[in-house]
Amino acid sequence: MLNARDILETITMIQEENLDIRTITMGISLIDCCDSDIDVVCRRVYDKITTKAKHLVEVGQQIEKEYGIPIINKRISVTPIAIVLAGCLKKEPLKLAQTLERAALAVGVNFIGGYSALVQKGFAAGDRELIASIPEALATTDHICSSVNIGSTKAGINMDAVAEMGRVVRRSAELTADRDCIGPAKLVVFCNAPEDNPFMAGAFHGVGEPDCVINVGVSGPGVVRAALAKAGDCDLTAVADLIKRTAFKITRMGQLVAKEASRRLGVPFGIVDLSLAPTPAVGDSVAYILEEMGLECCGAHGTTAALALLNDAVKKGGVMASSHVGGLSGAFIPVTEDAGMIHAARTGCLRIEKLEAMTAVCSVGLDMINIPGDTSAEVIAAIIADEAAIGMINNKATAVRVIPAIGKQVGDELSFGGLLGSGPVMPVNPASPARLIHRGGRIPAPLQALRN
Amino acid sequence: MRAVITVIGKDMVGILAKVSAVCADHQVNVLEVTQSILQDLFAMIMMVDIDKSDIPFEQFADELTAIGDSMGLSIHTMHEDIFNSMHQI
Repeated sequence: MLNARDILETITMIQEENLDIRTITMGISLIDCCDSDIDVVCRRVYDKITTKAKHLVEVGQQIEKEYGIPIINKRISVTPIAIVLAGCLKKEPLKLAQTLERAALAVGVNFIGGYSALVQKGFAAGDRELIASIPEALATTDHICSSVNIGSTKAGINMDAVAEMGRVVRRSAELTADRDCIGPAKLVVFCNAPEDNPFMAGAFHGVGEPDCVINVGVSGPGVVRAALAKAGDCDLTAVADLIKRTAFKITRMGQLVAKEASRRLGVPFGIVDLSLAPTPAVGDSVAYILEEMGLECCGAHGTTAALALLNDAVKKGGVMASSHVGGLSGAFIPVTEDAGMIHAARTGCLRIEKLEAMTAVCSVGLDMINIPGDTSAEVIAAIIADEAAIGMINNKATAVRVIPAIGKQVGDELSFGGLLGSGPVMPVNPASPARLIHRGGRIPAPLQALRN
Repeated sequence: MRAVITVIGKDMVGILAKVSAVCADHQVNVLEVTQSILQDLFAMIMMVDIDKSDIPFEQFADELTAIGDSMGLSIHTMHEDIFNSMHQI
């Protein structure tokens, strides 16, 4: 039998500590939409998405109401569009971008991810055309998210693609300069990209995935922080234990919602992503958890250690609560989406070099960081290369989502609205890596790749 | 299906009566009630069976929330499974 304390604890988590299901993401394979005629492909893509996801938003809202748990986003991820485009005689990816946008509007989802290419070892048919079209696709649509995988532990790093992505990120910002450069906020450059990630902007539906699947991402930094605040001055073993227990509870709720959504939609359940995803709302911040653990400000020495403990404990607690775990699974550190990180970046305590170190022990990478508008494409490419190297060597997903603030300098602010948040432009080391980047070629796969 | 109704707010006359009246109006059977009063704060938890309810669950929940709002109380009506999954292994 349930006891009153447990019931009130759940209510407090939802009402006061911002516990929510961050996203129900339906993964849809578009492999069977391929054709040599781009217009036929577009028609099939539109029909398939609007058929499969017809009831996604409605079912999400029903579950939200019945279980009393907020489900913030309902989203779709699709097969990387470069693959869908590969067989077309005329490679016109922008037609597919417009089709995806129309489909997203028709079913009412907030984002559709998968305007993507996987080029870790080299470019195949459709890849170059898709990558070149990313800036325009992001500038002319509101719901599309794009990602490009440029490296992996198995393949090494494709430095030609890295150099190209430096230019694409810059161009995306330039084309949306009148809208606070929102273009690159919807573009992620990955190393070791997971194929079942439900979180945007990096979600796509991998080629090894089933035809249609439901993946769920939970959230709850506020709950973890509140639990730590109540615990007081315990030692770090007790801190880790407390985070584990809290993560277990959060994830059980995610598992319940995932199973229920999958049953009601008649679509198999894929994974629960065990991530602590912050929002700009006060009290829903990963940085505040680190500060609750005992740092004056996120970014201080000790931040990496605190984050490593947090990330590990979240996984240990979550993994027993769910039958299938996947996606990114770990703590996110998107600067503009986290009230504590925004504050730390404004005061100068949190710098890009520290963030880079933090990405070695947490789930993603340099995420939602505003950089000066005059940062060159080569510097952006070099930031991508550094991050990819951390991912490649450590067998983990890393990513870069930086926003060049066109026409702005360190200290100025960009504001994207909604979950994407706002934040200051952070300083970047301006010394030139141009010669390294222009060499091109591939960084060979590391010894870690040879595990057989 | 069973649901949990929680009522939290300032203690006053008639809270239990009003909430159970809504349940009775819609053929919702009250299975168990626990309540406690800490200083002025009233907290009541009701386990109800809604299988025979004459309105959809969402509407029932909305009606209770509205009653709560009119009395300055916060009333949440949620499916029992959310608590079971979170607190029982």
